[in-house]
Amino acid sequence: MSAVTTTNLRYIYGAGTPFEAAALDGTDFTAEEGAFIGIVGHTGSGKTTLVQHLNGLLKPTSGTVVLFGKDIWAKGYDIRAARFEAGLVFQFSEYQLFEETCYKDIAFGPKNMGLSDSEVDTRVKEAAAAMEVKDEWLTKSPFDLSGGEKRRVALAGVLAMQPRLLILDEPAAGLDPSGREMVLNRISKYRSDNNVTILLVSHSMEDIARFTDKVLVMSDGKVLLYGDTEDVFAEDGVLAEAGLALPQITRLALLLKRRGINIGAPRTVEEAAKRLLSL
Amino acid sequence: MLKDITIGQFFPGDSVLHRQDPRFKLIESIIFIAMLFAAQNFTAIFVATLFAFFAYAVGKIKISLALKGLKPVLPLIIFSGVLNLFFITGGELLWQWQFISIYENGIETAVFMVVRVVALIAGMSLLTYTTSPIMLTDAIENLLAPLKKVKFPVHELAMMMTIALRFIPTLIEETDRIMSAQKARGAQLDTGSLKVRVKALVPVLVPLFVSAFKRASDLALAMECRCYRGGEGRTRLRTLKSAAIDGVCLTVTLVVAAAVIAVGFVPWII
Repeated sequence: MSAVTTTNLRYIYGAGTPFEAAALDGTDFTAEEGAFIGIVGHTGSGKTTLVQHLNGLLKPTSGTVVLFGKDIWAKGYDIRAARFEAGLVFQFSEYQLFEETCYKDIAFGPKNMGLSDSEVDTRVKEAAAAMEVKDEWLTKSPFDLSGGEKRRVALAGVLAMQPRLLILDEPAAGLDPSGREMVLNRISKYRSDNNVTILLVSHSMEDIARFTDKVLVMSDGKVLLYGDTEDVFAEDGVLAEAGLALPQITRLALLLKRRGINIGAPRTVEEAAKRLLSL
Repeated sequence: MLKDITIGQFFPGDSVLHRQDPRFKLIESIIFIAMLFAAQNFTAIFVATLFAFFAYAVGKIKISLALKGLKPVLPLIIFSGVLNLFFITGGELLWQWQFISIYENGIETAVFMVVRVVALIAGMSLLTYTTSPIMLTDAIENLLAPLKKVKFPVHELAMMMTIALRFIPTLIEETDRIMSAQKARGAQLDTGSLKVRVKALVPVLVPLFVSAFKRASDLALAMECRCYRGGEGRTRLRTLKSAAIDGVCLTVTLVVAAAVIAVGFVPWII
């Protein structure tokens, strides 16, 4: 079954003013349940607009969004249900923290779902553990934490809703290398433990290469490429035109291919080394 | 959505109005306001309104845009119209039902008020539609410059306005983003009872204030790093220059204003 399917999605910004522009221009896209999908594209290609349609934050000008088999804009569908099914973590999510304590902030989502206090408590603790939010932080104000720590609390706040589809918009942007590593590894682990579908919007092709099974390349509000990560990476010409640079090791492999040494489009150094040695 | 508010927005363009010296535009706008309030009868207010239409045509701004900008103030306009309609007495009694009565003068004043307010807002909107905020504050600073003689901090005031105007779109964008982020966690911002909605503002306002203060302190630091110390001895990137066309526009405005006032004194014109 597909987690989410969009059909001919169009979204027009500022209709009727001189700034009118199509942010999405007929986007068709399907995410299979359980997949880890990367979404890439240069700034202004419509990535963020697309993901905001998947949980019903934006209403498409035309086209449909089907989330776990249900059309979210059909009559009788409560749009808030879409927010809980598809958890969306925004860019620089630490700016959404507002409560007096981290515990209360993580509990904000589950409370909005109308869960019982004991259920909220279990979920907060589980989500905090999943993002390695330490117990002593839970009683502290989120404003007393460092940037990277705040980010993890914000991520836990969305995980606590236990969405079946988790959408992450640049979850690691602006963090130091060890912070990036930790956040991405925790997300990857959370996915294998809970079997959720993940959409990762990122500018970092290295991160996309390491974690995703499939990649969606957006350009001018349209789907430029969509397929298995390695197949997409092999299309280096199209990617370059879209303003995207492949990881260095993949570029090297593609250059080798042109010289007659075909090892495909490996995503990591380890993979490339393995393939080269087996030649 | 918040982004749909057009009042106070700037739409870049290349019309005569866009290229005009902002100082002249500001003065012309003030004359236009004076014109609206000096208008004594329907013919006068009609001429003033016609002038506004003419200005929109010159500025190549669609009237529909101005109408869209009027939407947020519509309740206010309707309120003032209705108030005048029912509470002004005098002239012939036209309609009565229990304690509600409408007089001839009531209708007249109501129509007059509504046209005046609509023209006023449309006229002021045209100023911001065709003038970038930076140009506008430059003009204000320039026009207020004589007040420096009495130790009035003109430059500081203009700088504060520039910064405030500069951050309005940024803060609107930020509010939009925080609202989206909280909605994504199930916050009810546009549904529910009044109490629910007011409570729902806390998750939006707290992060908004936190980031606004952070922005303010970052900006202050950046200004200090570049040795900003007020207006004394500073030169400008853009100096305001007036051209012949500015004189023409000002003259046209003055002539129309004179006509509007003159028409008010002619007894046989309604």
